[in-house]
Amino acid sequence: MADRPVVLAIPSKGRLMEQVSDLFAKAKLEIRKNGHSRGYRGALEGIDGVEIAFLSASEIAEQLRLENVHLGITGEDLMREAMENAETRIDFAKPLGIGRADVVAAVPDCWIDVTRMSDLEDIAGIFHRAHGRRLRVATKYMNLTRRYFAQKGVSGYRIVESLGATEGTPAAGSAEMIVDITSSGATLKANHLRVLEDGVMLRSQAVLFALRDGRRKPLKRVLKAILERFDAAGI
Amino acid sequence: MVAETAQQFEALEAQAATLMELFSNAGYEAVAPAMIQPAKVYLDRLGEEIRARTYLFTDLHGEELCLRPDLTVPVCRLYLERHPAADTQERYCYNGPAFRYGVAGRVGGAAREFRQSGIELIGADDTIEAETEVVRLAVEAMAAAGLKDYQLKLGDLGLFEALIDALDMPERWRLRLWHAFWQPARFHELLQQLAAGEGSGISEPTSQLLAELDPEDIDGAERQVADYLEANAIPVIAQRTAREIAERLCERAADAREEPLPKEAVALITGFLAIEGPPGEAIDRIAALANDAGIDMSRALDKFHAQLASFALHGIGLDEAEFDAEFGRNIEYYTGFVFQIACDVGGVLTWIAGGGRYDSLLSELGSPARVPAVGCAIHTERLLAAISENGNG
Repeated sequence: MADRPVVLAIPSKGRLMEQVSDLFAKAKLEIRKNGHSRGYRGALEGIDGVEIAFLSASEIAEQLRLENVHLGITGEDLMREAMENAETRIDFAKPLGIGRADVVAAVPDCWIDVTRMSDLEDIAGIFHRAHGRRLRVATKYMNLTRRYFAQKGVSGYRIVESLGATEGTPAAGSAEMIVDITSSGATLKANHLRVLEDGVMLRSQAVLFALRDGRRKPLKRVLKAILERFDAAGI
Repeated sequence: MVAETAQQFEALEAQAATLMELFSNAGYEAVAPAMIQPAKVYLDRLGEEIRARTYLFTDLHGEELCLRPDLTVPVCRLYLERHPAADTQERYCYNGPAFRYGVAGRVGGAAREFRQSGIELIGADDTIEAETEVVRLAVEAMAAAGLKDYQLKLGDLGLFEALIDALDMPERWRLRLWHAFWQPARFHELLQQLAAGEGSGISEPTSQLLAELDPEDIDGAERQVADYLEANAIPVIAQRTAREIAERLCERAADAREEPLPKEAVALITGFLAIEGPPGEAIDRIAALANDAGIDMSRALDKFHAQLASFALHGIGLDEAEFDAEFGRNIEYYTGFVFQIACDVGGVLTWIAGGGRYDSLLSELGSPARVPAVGCAIHTERLLAAISENGNG
């Protein structure tokens, strides 16, 4: 067992991949891809016994949940979406300060009568009487949305699953409001949407996650080595 | 987890046969509505609460479908398919599986698939007669299956409605309280809000617009809202119209100028919701509350009295029964009388059967007319477990 490599999953594309590569370079750890440059497996130069898996950020959260990888760097938003009570089930080993974004509940800017989550429950009732259906919330964060809305006592809605261009759904008429990730708020503004006063559901960033399992000695060794390198590099 | 869904299959089938025979003899037609249902009716009408527990999927045409999470909605759809004018009285009974996702954290005991047996009495005009018939059959079903010791719990949302109607407040507050009734935490918050008279809750810059609105003049408000949006270069998107926004702002403006809900009214509502106990006693306490407050709830109270008398006349024992004013809060489609049969299973009070009146569900499913309806569903696996455990089978 001790010979089996510890699998570290890192983002395979996009801005987050670049930022993670920079971070590892800064910590004097080189991520080396096996074979041609589009391979999905790699190794970590500097620490023995680590295999790198290049996956999409949401797939990393899923594979951590399934315990198919031991370590993974992905957004807190995706981890919490994939896993309820994530803080008790997985180790948030190191927040990395990159990939910062907020998961927010946003409504059309023209809803000048709606400023807080509690307003939603009021207008949901009126909307239901006027249109014969629930307020539709477009999002890819079905679980985060359900939990947050329940916590705020909002029930008169339904989720419309959206896997891209969520911010465009109210203007397109396929949803009334959205729950989405935003960093600058510019996209929301361009789509005439406004975040509710208590609509910031989660302040997310990329985190190095580790499985919680004390029996996996190689995992502990690798995690300790990575954290030491990060510390030394001031990360 | 479950390779074999219905354990003790033969025992369950035998029990189902007993129940279905009882229902058939009482004039209920056995029906078998589709297990796969369009998801839309559940999602649009019953909301996200149900969705969280429903198995949803999309077929190759992109149609959103679900495995039925209960049988009441499918039976109502079956009624509307057979009687689009919704002008007949029908009695249906059923037995079959329903599917629900176990809420995370409570997965252990929760089954994905469970069997329900039940009855729906649709289109019966005589309220008390219909409710008595359904409760009587539920009680007889327990006896036929062999369950002797259980608790019958009663509630009536009509009493809450009567209380709210009798209190002096704007109609829109009644609607809000009624809507919030299903969520105790939100309901409490709303009561406090109405009692504090904390104004509109709208912040700048809209508050200025709000101050200028005449709550009585919706047309004028709609123009003001349109002007405001235009002046600030805000387009109207999504499906809420400028008029709907204006209407709600008018409500807000009216609220800000309204006298707060009196403390006495808040105390009365809270006091009412706390009432539980033997039905006869509970009803007297509600009457006393209303009497002290000088409000008239006599119609709803008379109805409940007549109800209890009718139960007694039809041999429904009420000695062990409990009334609970809050009961009915957790299932959104009930509109009036509600009841539940519960029993100790493995040291936990577990509901075995439950039902009530749901007069608005058929309209919500597309019926051209409001159709009164009462029904009851029995969780047959729990019934079987209760019987074998309590040794009174």
